[in-house]
Amino acid sequence: MKLKLTAALCLVAFAAAAHADTELVIATVNNGHMVTMEKMGKFFEKDNPGIKLKWVTLEEGTLRQRVTTDIATKGGQFDVMTIGMYETPIWGKKGWLAEIKPDAKYDIDDMLPAMRQGLSVNGKLYAAPFYGESSMLMYRSDLVEKAGLKMPANPTWTQIRDIAAKINDPAKGVYGICLRGKPGWGDNMAFLTTLVNSYGGQWFDMKWKPQLTTKPWKDAITFYVDLLKKYGPPGSSANSFNEILALYNEGKCGMWVDATIAASFITDPKQSKVADKVAFAPAPVQVTAKGSNWLWAWALAVPASSTKQEAAEKFIRWATSKDYINLVGREVGWGNVPTGTRKSTYANADFLKAAKFADAEKAAIISANPKDSTLPKSPYVGVQFASIPEFQAIGIATGQQMSAALAGKVSVDKALELSQQAADREMKKAGYYK
Amino acid sequence: MDKTLLWVRTGAAWLVALLIFFPILWLGMTAFKTELQAISVPPKFFFTPTLENFIEVQSRSDYLLYAKNSLITSVASTLLGLLIAAPAAYSMAFFQTRRTKDLLVWMLSTKMMPAVGVLIPVYVVYQQFQLLDTRLGLTIIFTMSNLPIMVWMLYSYFKDIPREILEAARMDGATLYDEFRHVILPLGIGGLASTALLCLVLSWNESFWSLNLSSAKAGTLATLIASYSSPEGLFWAKLSAASLMAIAPIIVFGWFCQKQLVQGLTFGAVK
Amino acid sequence: MKKFTARFLLTPAVGSLFLWMIVPLVMSIYFSLIRYNLMSPGEHEYIGLMNYEFFVTDPAFWPAVLNTFLLIGSVIVITLVFGMALALLVNDKFPGQSIVRVLLISPFFVMPAVNALLWKHMMMNPIYGVLAQVWRFFGAQPVNWLESYPLLSVIIMVSWQWLPFACLIFITSLQSMDREQLEAARMDGANYVQQFRYLYLPHLSRSVAVVVMIEMIFLLSVFAEIFTTTGGGPGFASTNVAFLIFVQGLMNFDVGVASAGGLFAVLLANIASVFLIRIIGKSLEK
Repeated sequence: MKLKLTAALCLVAFAAAAHADTELVIATVNNGHMVTMEKMGKFFEKDNPGIKLKWVTLEEGTLRQRVTTDIATKGGQFDVMTIGMYETPIWGKKGWLAEIKPDAKYDIDDMLPAMRQGLSVNGKLYAAPFYGESSMLMYRSDLVEKAGLKMPANPTWTQIRDIAAKINDPAKGVYGICLRGKPGWGDNMAFLTTLVNSYGGQWFDMKWKPQLTTKPWKDAITFYVDLLKKYGPPGSSANSFNEILALYNEGKCGMWVDATIAASFITDPKQSKVADKVAFAPAPVQVTAKGSNWLWAWALAVPASSTKQEAAEKFIRWATSKDYINLVGREVGWGNVPTGTRKSTYANADFLKAAKFADAEKAAIISANPKDSTLPKSPYVGVQFASIPEFQAIGIATGQQMSAALAGKVSVDKALELSQQAADREMKKAGYYK
Repeated sequence: MDKTLLWVRTGAAWLVALLIFFPILWLGMTAFKTELQAISVPPKFFFTPTLENFIEVQSRSDYLLYAKNSLITSVASTLLGLLIAAPAAYSMAFFQTRRTKDLLVWMLSTKMMPAVGVLIPVYVVYQQFQLLDTRLGLTIIFTMSNLPIMVWMLYSYFKDIPREILEAARMDGATLYDEFRHVILPLGIGGLASTALLCLVLSWNESFWSLNLSSAKAGTLATLIASYSSPEGLFWAKLSAASLMAIAPIIVFGWFCQKQLVQGLTFGAVK
Repeated sequence: MKKFTARFLLTPAVGSLFLWMIVPLVMSIYFSLIRYNLMSPGEHEYIGLMNYEFFVTDPAFWPAVLNTFLLIGSVIVITLVFGMALALLVNDKFPGQSIVRVLLISPFFVMPAVNALLWKHMMMNPIYGVLAQVWRFFGAQPVNWLESYPLLSVIIMVSWQWLPFACLIFITSLQSMDREQLEAARMDGANYVQQFRYLYLPHLSRSVAVVVMIEMIFLLSVFAEIFTTTGGGPGFASTNVAFLIFVQGLMNFDVGVASAGGLFAVLLANIASVFLIRIIGKSLEK
C-alpha cells in the first residue's frame, strides 16, 4: 500500500515536473542577430513560465546539414528551426512545416510583402522572418573622395571597376574591392548570381536547360575574376561574409557588395574602425537592373513533427514581433535591431536616428522581386538561387568551380564548362529532361 | 660522450619541440587577447591578458554541461569498450585459431567505412530507438568505433604474456576467473591502461558523430566548437578561448599520463 | 569446453561489431538503389545502378581517389620519417627530456576541428596568420596556403596531428632496444648511419608497420580538416573520397548517391586492407 502511494506520488510529481517545463530546442545560426536573440531569451522565459529555451547555435553550413537531416528523417530533435527563403517553400509544400498562425497582436500586415511572399506557399505562412536582407554596395566615402571621385547614384560594374582601380592601394593595406569567393551556393554563388543577373544571364531557360556557358555568364565571371585579381585582397577565394566583414572593419576594403545586414555592423563604432566613413549605394547593375540585388530571410519555423507546436509558435510570434524589435532597441541599441522584416521598423524614429543605412536597406529589399529577376524569362523563383531541390547540388558544384577560377587553378571558360556539365547531370538525374 | 654533441642534441630537441608545440601555445595566448590584439600585425607576444573571451563564451554556452557530456561519454565508452574488448582479446590471444588473424583484420576493416557515408542509416536507426541526443547514443557510437583498435591493442599485450605462467595456473586448477584476476590482470594492467588512455583521447576528440547526433542535451565539447567556428565579426580570440576550453582537459590529462603512453603504445611491435 | 569458452568470450565483441557493420551496410545498399534526396522525398523509386554510375562519373571522382592516396601516402611518409628522427633525437637523456616529450606529443590530443580552425585562422591566414608574418619578416610575399597549396595545407595539418602518434610509438619501441648490442657496435666503430641501418631500423620495423596500419585506417576518412579549411577546393584540389561523399550526402542531400559512394569507399578500404593483411601478417607473426 505504502509502496503504491509512493509510486503514485512519484508519478504525480513527475507529471507536474513534465508539465512545468516545456523545453524548446531551437536551432540557430551563429550570427550577430541570432546571438542577440539567444541573450534576449530570458525575457521570453520570464513572461512565459513553464517554457524553457535550449539553444543549438551552429555555423550556417552545419546548421543546414543538421536541420535538413533531422526534418527529412523526422528525427524530432528540434522544435524551432532557423531556415532560409530557399528551404521554406520546398518544405512547406511537402507538409513538413507547421503553418504559422498569426494572432491579431502580431499584425501580419506590417510584414514587408516581399518577405511574406517568399516564406508562404499558397497563401499560408510557413516560417516567420526573423531578419531580412538584400544586397547593396557599401563603400568608404573618404577613400572615394580622396581619389577625387564621386559615387554615381546607380553605379554600373564598369564604373565600379574604375573606382576600384583608383582607390586600390595594397602598400597601405587597402584593397579596391572585396567580394565573396568562398565556394557555396549561399556564399560566392549568392553574389555571383546577382552579378550574372545584372549581365542579363539566368540559371535555367524555360525548358530547365542550364545556361552556364552562355555569354552573360562568361562576361560576368571573366569580369569578376579580373576585378578581384587586380583590386581584391589576397585569399579572396576563401572569403565569405564573415571574413570580409572582418577585413572591412579593419579598414582594408574600399568597396564591398554584400548583404545589407552588414551595414549595421560596419557602422557600429564598437567593432568597426571605419564606422563613420561608410556610405551606401544600390548594388551595381550592368546590362539590366533586374535581379542585381538579392533577397534573403532567416526565418523561424516549426517542424510538423514537433510535439510542442503550441509553445514553439508562441516563441516564434514573440521573436518576430514588433515588441521584440523594441526590446532589442531598448536593451542592446537601436543600431542592432533585426531589420528587413517589418514596415514599422523603418518608420521608427529611434531606429532611423541610429541607423543611417535604413533607407538604403529598405530600398534594396523592396526593389527585389524573386518572381521576376532575370532578363530572359525563367521557370524558377528566387533572385540568387532557384528554389528547386536540385539547386543546392548545382550551386555547390558551380561555386567550387568559380572559386577555382578565382584562385587561378582553371580558366573561366573551363570552370563554366565543368559547372554546366555538373548542372546538366543533376537535372538529368532528377528527370527534368532526358 | 663529448659535451658539445649533447648540447647540440639538447638544443635541437628543444627547438623542434617548441616549433611543434607553437600552434597550441599561440592558441593559448590568443585566448587571452582582445579581438583586436588577436589580429594585430605584427603579432603581439606581450600584452595584458584578459579573461573577457572566457566570460563571453561561458555567458553564451554552458561550458560545464558540454564538458560533463564529454567526460561522461568518453569515460563510459572506454569502460564499456574494455569490458567487451578484453575478453575478446583474451580469447584471441590464448585460444588462437587459424581464423584469428582474419577476424582481427575484419574488425579493423569495420573502421574503414567513412562515417559520412552511413550517417543517414545510423540517424534513422537512432531515431527509431530514441537514441538521438542522448549520452547513451553517443557512448554506443564511440565504443563501436574504438572497439577494433582496443581489441587489437589488448590482443598484442596478452600475446606477450608468457604462456607458461598461464599453463602453470591452469595445472593448479585455476578457473577462468582466477586466471583473469591473478594472471592476466596483473601482467596486462599496463596494456589495459594505455588502451584505455588512447580510447579516452579518441572519444573525447570525436567530432562528426557528436555534432550530428546530439543537439541541446548530449552535446560534447566538439559541438561547442562548432558554434564558434565562423561567426560574424572578429572572432579569433573567442574561438581560441572556446577551443582552449575544449582541449585543455584532455591535453593536461595526456601530459600526466605521458609516461604510461610512452610505455604502453606497443601494439605488439616490441619484443 | 575450451572451444566454447573461447567463443563465448568473443561473442560480445564480434556480435556488436557485426551489428554495427551489417545494419548500416544493408540500409546503405538499399538506399543506393533508390532515388532518395532528403530535399525531395516521397518518391523512392528503384533506379538500379544509376547512383553508382553517377558517383563514379562525377568529374571530382578521380581527383578524389588520387587525393585520398596522396594524402594518406604523404602523411604516412612524413610522420614516419620525422617521427623516427624525433624519437631518436629524444631517446637518450638530456636536460629537460620529459618536458620536450610532453611538448612533442601534445598535438595528438588536439581535436581535429580545433586543429583545422587553428591552422586555418591563426597560422595560414594570408593577412594576419603567423606564417604570413614570418614570410613578411624575411621580406617575402606571404603565401596564400589554402588557395595556392590546398592539399599540401591539409597534409601539413594532418601530419602535425599524427606526428606525435608515430613519435610515441617509436619512442616506446626504442626503449626496448638492446643496449649491450648498441654499445658493442659503437665499440666496433660503427658510425651513425651503420648503427641506424643495421640496429635501429630492424628493431623499429614492426613499429613502422603498426604506424602505417593505424594511420591508414584513420586517414581514409579524414574529412573534418578539409571541411573546415578548404571545403574541398579550389575546384577539387583538396577533395578526397570521404569529403566527396560528404558533399553528396550532407551538402547536396542526395542519400542515394552518398550511399553508393560509401559502398565504394568500403571497396577502396578492402583493397587497402589486402595490403594491410600483408603488413599485419608480417608484424604479428612471431
